[in-house]
Amino acid sequence: MTTTTSRAPQPATALRPSTTRRRTFNARRAGAWALLALAIAVSVLPFLWVLRTALSTNGALATQSASLLPADFTLGAFMRVFGLQSPADAVAEGGSGAAIDFWLYLRNSIIFSSITTAGAVFFSAMAAYAFARLRWKGRNAVFSLFLGTMLVPPIFTALPNFLLIKNLDLLNTMLGMVLPYVFMTPFAIFFLRQFFLNMSREVEEAAMLDGAKHLRIFFQIVLPNAAAPIATLALLTFIGQWNEYFWPLLVGSQDDVRVLQVGLGVFKSQSPQGAPDWSGLMAATLVSALPVLILFAAFGKKIVNSIGFSGIK
Amino acid sequence: MTTLTKHTSTPRLRSGAPAPRGGLRRFGDLKVALFFIAPAMIGFILFYVVPTIRGIYLSFTEYNILGDPEWVGLDNYTAIAKDPLFWNSLAVTGQYVLMNIALQTALALGLALLMDRVAKSTLVRGALLLPYLMSNVIAALLWFWMLDYQIGVVNQFIEWAGLPRVAFFGSEEWAIPTQALINTWRHMGYTALLIFAGLQAIPQHLYEVAKLDGASPFQTFRKVTMPLLRPVLVLVLVVTVIGSFQVFDTVAVTTQGGPVNATRVIQYYIYQRAFTESDFGYGSAIAVILFLILALVAFIQMKFLKGNESDLD
Repeated sequence: MTTTTSRAPQPATALRPSTTRRRTFNARRAGAWALLALAIAVSVLPFLWVLRTALSTNGALATQSASLLPADFTLGAFMRVFGLQSPADAVAEGGSGAAIDFWLYLRNSIIFSSITTAGAVFFSAMAAYAFARLRWKGRNAVFSLFLGTMLVPPIFTALPNFLLIKNLDLLNTMLGMVLPYVFMTPFAIFFLRQFFLNMSREVEEAAMLDGAKHLRIFFQIVLPNAAAPIATLALLTFIGQWNEYFWPLLVGSQDDVRVLQVGLGVFKSQSPQGAPDWSGLMAATLVSALPVLILFAAFGKKIVNSIGFSGIK
Repeated sequence: MTTLTKHTSTPRLRSGAPAPRGGLRRFGDLKVALFFIAPAMIGFILFYVVPTIRGIYLSFTEYNILGDPEWVGLDNYTAIAKDPLFWNSLAVTGQYVLMNIALQTALALGLALLMDRVAKSTLVRGALLLPYLMSNVIAALLWFWMLDYQIGVVNQFIEWAGLPRVAFFGSEEWAIPTQALINTWRHMGYTALLIFAGLQAIPQHLYEVAKLDGASPFQTFRKVTMPLLRPVLVLVLVVTVIGSFQVFDTVAVTTQGGPVNATRVIQYYIYQRAFTESDFGYGSAIAVILFLILALVAFIQMKFLKGNESDLD
């Protein structure tokens, strides 16, 4: 070790245990915990503030801008967001009175994210199988090409893709929105290929000797064995698709296909009566975040543990 | 957690499936492979390869979506070279990227070291990861509310501290730092988790040796931790830089390029030229430039920081 050369006495060395050392050690632990707690607070508390705002009335927010509890508690903001409030009531509570229907956006987001996730994960699994378990000429070259697409910035392909969807007359259709995502994502192929590479070959070969075809091996051996990574991938893909903004903004600007993220942007820009409808906006934000929060509550461990792996995303 | 360091070298080192045994598949599986890869290939060609070529072609044309693209050679590029708005967008994006690198990497490294020291629980990691799972739009709106000049809670605190209120989104000097802060908030925990995974991969015995040699914690950090963490840090840096260069969502829903041109980042400028002003040729040309910048950045970081080599091997 190079460190041997510099054995200068240091005040913070953890070499000789003594009472003072122990005390500083504990103090340092406490300090570390305090900093961590601060980071956690910064990460989590804003969501409570959003909830508090969503349950407040706009008029009261201005006067009680720092009270921890909802200012003048009401569910009006949520009703407004779901189009359950009459325009007159909405205006009275500081909303714009314009029709806004998050049920519709919620539905569209669920359809968009589910279709793209199901398609991308399944087709990527098929491709990953070909890349990991089959032997064919040019396999590694083709795989490198697929990987290379991860370097292309989405904005670059978004322009021509928009033109393609427009030429196909698919603007403002769900089909046009899902098409670029539904066949594969380079990340999904890369992710699953890693797992397929490490699977044992014996069962597969035994099945092969029994005369099983690749399709059967794929469905009955490979997919069930990779259920856990596939579930993780589906989860990550779904969350990513749920949060997608740029492409749906370009292609799905009309109400009947508009997803939550785009709807949020539109809602924000309807600044009624001079000031934004803060409580409505925060209620809408919470509605948009809720599905991801539920997934996180249910599968948090899976997501957290996947982070080391998904580092490339 | 070896997967983390393996990423970048995978395509180069691993050849995939083991060689066929006993001549079971002497002729290769090309036909089967083509079948398995077909859907992904359709997506790859239609939405990655063709648009990449088309995007480059469009950058040499004048095209306002009606009619056909008209070849103009390098006209778009020479116009861009003299376009003050383009240079402004580059400068603004550059500032944003630098702030993100500095803030995000430093905070994340600190958090990762803290986690490594006192708290490895999934709960802590999950709490820190929460902002990352939210969409950019949600992060933007949440902070748009909390940082509001009039009734935002942060300005309330600033006032209590006896300082003047800050127009986070409304003033030219604060607009870009605010966007960078939002992005840092969203990515801090995620980046910390990546680095944390890298820390976990450092063999414990190295620390013990350093301790026996009388190295101070700081020396250990500098001589043991940092060198072995390098591949992860480079990866994090690449991901941060490439991601930051493509900032769009938070700008689109909050400041829309303003005040004046303070937040007109590259991708927002491309969006405006292509979709607001229907100047697809010009927009594509800027997109090509962005693509080249990103490729160059990735190349430089990988080449000079040797991100794909680990000292552990």
